[in-house]
Amino acid sequence: MNKLFGILVLLSCLFVPFVNAQVQEEEVPSDDPVIEQRLANLSKELRCLQCQNQTLADSPAGLAADLRREIRIQMKAGKSDQEIIAFLTQRYGDFILYKPRVTFTTYLLWFGPFVLLLGGLYVLFRYIKQRRDLIPEKPLTADEHRRAEELLASLPGKETT
Amino acid sequence: MLRYLIPLALFIVLAVFLAIGLTRDPHELKSVLINKPAPAFRLSQLKAPDKMISNEDMRGKVWLLNVWASWCVACRDEHPWLLEYAKSAVVPIYGLNYKDRREDALAWLGELGDPYTASAVDLDGRVGIDYGVYGAPETYIIDQSGMIRYKHVGPMMPDVWKEKILPVVQELNRQGAGK
Repeated sequence: MNKLFGILVLLSCLFVPFVNAQVQEEEVPSDDPVIEQRLANLSKELRCLQCQNQTLADSPAGLAADLRREIRIQMKAGKSDQEIIAFLTQRYGDFILYKPRVTFTTYLLWFGPFVLLLGGLYVLFRYIKQRRDLIPEKPLTADEHRRAEELLASLPGKETT
Repeated sequence: MLRYLIPLALFIVLAVFLAIGLTRDPHELKSVLINKPAPAFRLSQLKAPDKMISNEDMRGKVWLLNVWASWCVACRDEHPWLLEYAKSAVVPIYGLNYKDRREDALAWLGELGDPYTASAVDLDGRVGIDYGVYGAPETYIIDQSGMIRYKHVGPMMPDVWKEKILPVVQELNRQGAGK
């Protein structure tokens, strides 16, 4: 009986609505398909700052919806993609760009892997060369040469030259 | 000997970098608005809906802009401390009630107390975008000439208040008094 009561209490919790919810206007797509296409392309290159590892295109966060709404408004007002990106980076910094800009602070990020690759190749080649140098070239003596000829000649089914 | 020292040195360098990485909070982003003019706003006041409040009203004094909402869980942690800071009257705290229902916000202040000199209502979050808000609570220090001087993301707990907020506020007040 007590258990049943407990289960009922827990179940009823499911139906208690969140009292304090964030005010979120419903997202209204633009009636202009060109704007929607531009938004789709642009928002793929922008980061949702709330979830950080999602683009603005596929983030369900409230802030992402607000930013998409803002981008629609600006596109409708005739702003170019560049102007909109400038508007956003002035407020949120370069972090909002999913693809980091090539600046002095991001050189290591952009070119580091290639430096590592070159370094790795250098080490690899040196290692291979070293190993090759370890094996000494030893020419056969006349006696050994004759024995080798004999062995080859004694192979069954093989024509000797 | 060298062949053992090189990997060891590489390992130590890597370990140091990773250790530094661990001490950083990836959710804390440096604001690009530091030392830039605070974005202008003119919004309805929470407690007096027919009255407007603008950033221009605070010109000439150092003030804090605290972004809060009744749905914001971390704001609840911060709230009792905000009341303390307001009581100390070092610096006026203005609220930006971010994407909140007016009745929820008023109920929150009624229940927990109101540390704000006044709160501006940013219902659709548009002013929040101008300030680069990405997660409440956030606190901005704005100086006499209307420049943003500091931004703190997350609840403003006593250690933050003592070590980060107060020194900046006191320094700005000193500079202002010297002029």
